[in-house]
Amino acid sequence: MTHWIIAPVILPALLAPFIVLAARFHMGIQRVFSVAGVIGLIGIAAGLAWQASDGTVTIYQLGDWAAPFGIVIVGDRLSTMMVLLTSLLALFVLLYAIGSGWDERGRHFHALFQFQLMGICGAFLTGDLFNLFVFFEIMLIASYGLMIHSGGNVRLRAGVQYVLYNLLGSTLFLFALGAIYAETGTLNMADLALRVQLVDPDATAGIRLAAVLLLLVFAIKSALIPLHFWLPSTYAEAPGPVAALFAIMTKVGAYAIIRVYTLVFPPDLEVTGGLQSDWLLPVALVSLAIGMLGILAARKLDRLVAFGVIGSMGMVMVAISLFTPAGIAAALYYIVHSTFAAAALFLIADLVRSSRAHLGLTLEPPVPGAALTAGLFFVAAIAMTGLPPLSGFIGKLLVLEAAFASPLMVWTFATILIASLFGIVGFARAGSVVFWKAQSVKPPAESMLPARPAALSYVAVGGLITLLVGYTAFAGQAHAYMVEMSTQLFDPVDYVTTVLGTTGKLGLGAEEY
Amino acid sequence: MEFLVASAIGILTAAGLYLVMRLRTFPIILGVSLLTYAVNVFFFSAGHLTIGSPPVLREGVEIYADPLPQALVLTAIVIAFGMTAVIVMLGLGAYLGSDDDHVNDPVETDAGEGSK
Repeated sequence: MTHWIIAPVILPALLAPFIVLAARFHMGIQRVFSVAGVIGLIGIAAGLAWQASDGTVTIYQLGDWAAPFGIVIVGDRLSTMMVLLTSLLALFVLLYAIGSGWDERGRHFHALFQFQLMGICGAFLTGDLFNLFVFFEIMLIASYGLMIHSGGNVRLRAGVQYVLYNLLGSTLFLFALGAIYAETGTLNMADLALRVQLVDPDATAGIRLAAVLLLLVFAIKSALIPLHFWLPSTYAEAPGPVAALFAIMTKVGAYAIIRVYTLVFPPDLEVTGGLQSDWLLPVALVSLAIGMLGILAARKLDRLVAFGVIGSMGMVMVAISLFTPAGIAAALYYIVHSTFAAAALFLIADLVRSSRAHLGLTLEPPVPGAALTAGLFFVAAIAMTGLPPLSGFIGKLLVLEAAFASPLMVWTFATILIASLFGIVGFARAGSVVFWKAQSVKPPAESMLPARPAALSYVAVGGLITLLVGYTAFAGQAHAYMVEMSTQLFDPVDYVTTVLGTTGKLGLGAEEY
Repeated sequence: MEFLVASAIGILTAAGLYLVMRLRTFPIILGVSLLTYAVNVFFFSAGHLTIGSPPVLREGVEIYADPLPQALVLTAIVIAFGMTAVIVMLGLGAYLGSDDDHVNDPVETDAGEGSK
């Protein structure tokens, strides 16, 4: 049994208290350790992803207790890819936070950042539903601290909304877990996959209730309409780099839906059949439409990007709710793309904020470094709205292609294409007001000009854009890998046998109890 | 006993939901606490409801109490407690800062104003 698979959880978990305890007064040391930790995390994540790329399922039994009794950490193609995505995003966000000086405007930014990474990586790697809840809470409690980093009344108010919404979500999660445990007597995902098949067809009320509750919880996390109300204020008021890191948090919800509803409640399961196609797809389409309309209606740049996140989560959910291998592969491709694109846009919005009186879409003098910032915004907006030639376009094509077989094909096509048009108009309007028309306003006197953003900030944003371009250039290879991944998800025999067949310290596997 | 536990969960949940919809910080925090109590009791009863039965395997015992929900509830209690502490601090900060404990955003007057 190799210990590497748990390293993405352990490494940030050890770094964070070290930063708090030993380096709390030394910003330089904090920065060095934080960046070194994230680079180490990328190395580990890349190694794990390489190991899982041939389809191996790696399992780690905590305390060496065998599966349904002990807690397991499981790495397959999907979870290692998500950990790699998280760590890559974290590096650029961290560089931006250092470059723009955001980490100095409050206390314990780096420690909270590491705890947040620990929660996210743990949520991706765990093989146990209750443990998923615990890692969700770790991720959330760190995000509460990051969200109100550097304070301010508006931010605190948005923080209260965010925390309350998520507290209610957590309560709902516990109700769902209680119902699942009462029906099946286990919370291990692999064990659940077997036991849900055995539920008596005449007494399915409990398990159906649990499946719907769980879907609601994950829908809150991934900000599906009508459970999205926490997102716009939170993402708009959070510090720029924090909002960029939060771009992965909605994807945790999407990941949980993919994982649980392919493994535990697969679409061909009779008990919960119809839940995905009858409910999730229409809701996802509405999310996509509302998100893109929100882009058009937004009066501030940060809210505009936040609605872009809602729209792109809608797109991901449309692809997921098809629940075909092609649909899931398209969703996975789109998840990676939209994480980088949304993060880049949040960072660019922060670049604009740092040298402009406010982010309202009104005429203001041009920002310093406007040419470069505008260029980056242009590329990121093209990616986000899904115009050729960047990965958003490829992702949208994949989703459309997967939607051909759906009974709601016409609705899906119409919504995706019309909503994209709204998104394009919204982003074009915002870009032209903030960057282009601004040239017509007389700039203030030379001494009044705000400072140019630091070079490191541009490096961070440029890095994310470069990743997007690379992701477009290698779209063929990436998509081929996503197809393999979704094949593995729809044929979870390996996953279940690895988790339940590995013996623990008493020499007992699941078969022998 | 089932009736007692079930109605306790129901009443706690109903009261909690009512308070959560009050739109002011303090009632909402009370409501969330009531909801977490409800979910704790619910989780507790997810094993089975037995009285006086041992939670560990012993010779000659037929009915066991399930120890796992109790361990899970313990975790849930700790997490809920920590989260409540965080929200109390945040709510207090927001209230002291703006002298207003409504949770909703204030109505924006025009672009760029209202917030910021």
